[in-house]
Amino acid sequence: MDDLYREMILDHYRNPQKKQLVSPADIDYAEDNPLCGDFIHLTIQLDENKVVKDVGWEGNGCAISQASASMLYETLIGKTLDEIRSIGKDDILEMLGVPLGPVRLKCALLSLKVLKAGAYGLHAWPGEEDE
Amino acid sequence: MHTETLLDVATIRADFPILHQDVRPGVPLAYLDNAATSQKPLAVIDAMSDYYLRYNANVHRGIHKLSEEATVAYEGARKRIARFINAASWREIIYTRNTTESINLVAWSWARTNLKPGDVILSTEMEHHSNTVPWQMLAGQTGIEVHYVPVTDAGVLDMTAFDEMLDERVKLVTIMHTSNVLGAIQPVRQIADAAHSVGALILVDGAQSVPHMPVDVQALDCDFFVFSAHKMLGPTGIGILYGRQEILDAMPPFMGGGDMIKRVELSGSQWNDLPHKFEAGTPSIAEAIGFGAAVDYLTKIGMEHIHSHEVAVTAYALDRLAEVAGLRVLGPLKASERGGLVSMVMEDIHPHDIAEVLNHEGIAVRAGHHCAMPLHHRYNLTASTRASFYLYNTFEEIDRLIEGLYKVKEVLVL
Repeated sequence: MDDLYREMILDHYRNPQKKQLVSPADIDYAEDNPLCGDFIHLTIQLDENKVVKDVGWEGNGCAISQASASMLYETLIGKTLDEIRSIGKDDILEMLGVPLGPVRLKCALLSLKVLKAGAYGLHAWPGEEDE
Repeated sequence: MHTETLLDVATIRADFPILHQDVRPGVPLAYLDNAATSQKPLAVIDAMSDYYLRYNANVHRGIHKLSEEATVAYEGARKRIARFINAASWREIIYTRNTTESINLVAWSWARTNLKPGDVILSTEMEHHSNTVPWQMLAGQTGIEVHYVPVTDAGVLDMTAFDEMLDERVKLVTIMHTSNVLGAIQPVRQIADAAHSVGALILVDGAQSVPHMPVDVQALDCDFFVFSAHKMLGPTGIGILYGRQEILDAMPPFMGGGDMIKRVELSGSQWNDLPHKFEAGTPSIAEAIGFGAAVDYLTKIGMEHIHSHEVAVTAYALDRLAEVAGLRVLGPLKASERGGLVSMVMEDIHPHDIAEVLNHEGIAVRAGHHCAMPLHHRYNLTASTRASFYLYNTFEEIDRLIEGLYKVKEVLVL
């Protein structure tokens, strides 16, 4: 299993980063993927310049969805909302660095979907808007 | 190490070319997702191909050679399917698209005509969504109530609760024969007798039973019995509604169109006889012919033999799964009390991860809620992993499943 479950993904799955909600939160949003039960709750604190000061999350689900959340969310600190808006499906795929079939793609993208819905009210699956 | 089986599995496997492939170089396919859909033998593929190559034509109305041949094949399949489940008449066999459509047909035609607000449909917590949602939709529109018989912690239907919930308000009991998650086989005859004693009818979802064991709808004394071809070696796109003739005769049509009428005037129409009254429009002809070939194939091997083989394979699987620490099997633990499928959960590992690692080892299983979300929620689960067997599965494939599960633990246990 050296491809899909490569060591970096398993590291994040076993030792997820920032996996504790922050309070008070300026952005607080949760969503699940009803098809598989993957669940992610994201909280973000912003500073006065709308820059991410801190981030925390909770969730459960498959290794791909949970590792993706851990990897994505820890990179948010210090980013502006505009920078977050520009994160796309391809960034997540590059970050994970493994080939994903159409079914597992949603596992990988749930973390980004929750982020975009919480930050901008964009509820579509990342990538679907340009299909 | 291995148990004996009555089937010549090697010979059977030769009839299924799809089974002889590698998922990746050197890793052969072990297809253990039969409860989702079965594979198709050459006899079925050839029968459908033969129709398109030699006698493709519409059925029933054509006065030419091809149409006559197509009609004979299409209606001949119906008669063999009727015999396969021991229906009293071929007129009781309605072709539908699948099990789901069969249930919706009963909900729209029978229930809407015969039930009134306050009447109760008695279903169960274990049903497939296809036997839950049509009744919820009906209830939302009509004031008819749906009640759900609970399942026990041991993973079988709570028959004490069933007896308590069955009263004269109940007009229909609708229940699955073999659970697609728990594997539990319901005591259908006992339930049918109880239903009839309060004047209710019984609908049995046989999607997971008819493919795997002998079924006699008259011996079960059910009023409706529904199933799909694709889970029993046949094609997708065709299923069956069996109904007792006097009940079907009294029901209004489901959909209107060609073939379901005797006579049409602009002022009104006269419905056709059974079974055509329920078959509006050009049907799935090749699929019906393929279904007939599937039934012939199963009959030739013998449903008793297929059932015995699956009990042996399932017993072996349950024995070996018990060796895997941290793994829990859902439903009854005796192979003789269940169908040929095993759903499992493994510590905190998500079923999608289990299925993904198994896929890497060439083993095809299903991960998810298996269209039974209420049942999973009943057991505080979001999903499970299901291995399901059929006549072509081997004891070696069970060994590979177990090895695969050890690999899952190696990769994913925290």
